[in-house]
Amino acid sequence: MQINKINRRTFFKNGLWSFCLAGFAAIAAFFSIKKRKPNTVWQLDPHICVACGNCATYCVLEESAVKCVHAHAMCGYCDLCTGFFNPEPRALDTGAENQLCPTGAIKRTFVEDPYYEYIIDKALCIGCGKCVKGCNAFGNGSLFMQVQHDRCLNCNECSIAAACPSQAYSRVPVDKPYILKRAEHA
Amino acid sequence: MVRSGHILIFTTVFFVFCTVTFGIERLPPPDFEETDHKMPTTDQITDVTPRAEIFQYIDVAVLAGTLVLSSYLILKKRSRRAVFLLMIFSLLYFGFYRKGCVCPIGAIQNFVLSIFDNTYALSFSVLAFFVLPLVFTLFFGRTFCSAVCPLGAIQDLVLLRPIQVAPWLEGGLRLFAYIYLGAAVLLAATGSAFIICRYDPFVAFFRITGHMSLLVLGLCFLLIGMFVGRPYCRFICPYGIILRQLTKISKWKVTITPDECIKCRLCEDACPFGAITKPTVEWPQSSYSRSKKLLGFLLLLMPVLLFLGGWAGSGLSWSWSRMHPTVRLAERIYMENEGQVTDTTDASTTFRATGKPTTELYNEASAIRNKMQYGGWLFGCFVGMVAGLKLIVPAVRKQRTEFEADKGGCLACGRCYKFCPKEHVRLKDLQEKRNNIDDKTV
Repeated sequence: MQINKINRRTFFKNGLWSFCLAGFAAIAAFFSIKKRKPNTVWQLDPHICVACGNCATYCVLEESAVKCVHAHAMCGYCDLCTGFFNPEPRALDTGAENQLCPTGAIKRTFVEDPYYEYIIDKALCIGCGKCVKGCNAFGNGSLFMQVQHDRCLNCNECSIAAACPSQAYSRVPVDKPYILKRAEHA
Repeated sequence: MVRSGHILIFTTVFFVFCTVTFGIERLPPPDFEETDHKMPTTDQITDVTPRAEIFQYIDVAVLAGTLVLSSYLILKKRSRRAVFLLMIFSLLYFGFYRKGCVCPIGAIQNFVLSIFDNTYALSFSVLAFFVLPLVFTLFFGRTFCSAVCPLGAIQDLVLLRPIQVAPWLEGGLRLFAYIYLGAAVLLAATGSAFIICRYDPFVAFFRITGHMSLLVLGLCFLLIGMFVGRPYCRFICPYGIILRQLTKISKWKVTITPDECIKCRLCEDACPFGAITKPTVEWPQSSYSRSKKLLGFLLLLMPVLLFLGGWAGSGLSWSWSRMHPTVRLAERIYMENEGQVTDTTDASTTFRATGKPTTELYNEASAIRNKMQYGGWLFGCFVGMVAGLKLIVPAVRKQRTEFEADKGGCLACGRCYKFCPKEHVRLKDLQEKRNNIDDKTV
């Protein structure tokens, strides 16, 4: 009787064990063959982004992985750049009190009358999106935000994505990790 | 004067362009006729590429390697020191180098979401991180917990003065891990949030930066962990719950003694995680009928607990569905439309700018709410069932004649080995054998 009992118990145990192993094998096979998908990374769609400023504050990194990018081909090279200047600038020069950017990450250089070129110094950009908002409001929208993949930790759940008011974040295939704005005439 | 002039010119220009060429460039890009200035290209940002794909295979290889090594060191070599060194390596690699992402604990959610959402991509590395420790546990017990998991490692390091937790308290607190697992699965399945990742207490340490609240939470866990061994692993970890069930049927597992238990009781208090079970005492015949009655009562209580749990779960689901951004947005829009609030949020203004009809949003939100309602019932029943089983299990008689590592709770850390006198005999024999070989070779 005693022997029978042990046999029954081990039989059930072995059955359950085999069932679990077969289950894991099936899961692994199903997902790696049937539902094989490429690796993905986080990216934001600049066409949906509203430049709310959450990118600068919600990233788990102290200095956000999101930074501003400039599509020069779309830029109007304006003298009065609403991405560069405060809404009410005292003068159209590079004085800090006239600039929107809190870290002075945009370099303004004279090209030819009346055009000025604006270049982002990525090392200084904190991804606050103030310039993007300004540019989108009155300019061509040539300034936009992008997740910089040399900084992004690719968290399983992106904290910025969870806080994004326009749900602009999604996982994109790793071989196309950027969603760029392009000039429509180009 | 200069200021207002600018604004006037600017707004005029703006409105002119707005009306004529809305949607195209408001301000045409220049041709640079005077100078031969070349525009910089934006494509330079695409030079900054994500981590190369080969590295994820290296991660998986390291995971498999550490699992094999951990199993060997625990079960065959029986060396706490070697396990400790491997644990440090895992903490450095998976914790500080890989910044704790992706880990098998969080991979539960990726796995669940990919089942419920066909468009969600489950990459090879995430799948491997989810399945590999499960398979290893099925063979060797919780060797993942002992020396591979960085969350376990960081807690193991701070364990200074372990105190024993009463078994009833341990079991009660562990109910929280089941609730956490259920909630994580429910919220991942509905695509609401990955709460395991969101409230990971140690990931902020691995990144050496993070939100203050999480740092404080992590610090609390480490402070408690100085006295109560591995509090996250024992009472919170949802992956540990799955491993716990699997290790009960694992092929090989930790045995305190390498030989036969001599019931010397030296190992009785050796385990800082309260995972050593004592031999059972003979129950007096008179208590049989009483315990039978108790068992019957508990079995009858089971359906009641199931129903109560399900009811509570479905009640909770209403507020939990607010974890989903669509539901949150729909509630906000509804409140604004009904005039309950006067201001707007970034999310609501963005939604209105898209021109999507509100009814569509409401329908989406109520679909999610419905799903959450069903899920809430299932979740509640699950918790009710676990609570019921927790009551039933102690009422069932078991017979144990030896001191042994608890089948589910043993974290395979190897601390108990050195408490067994038989282990010292084994080591001595091993040393003698080695000496003999050395003598021969000399």
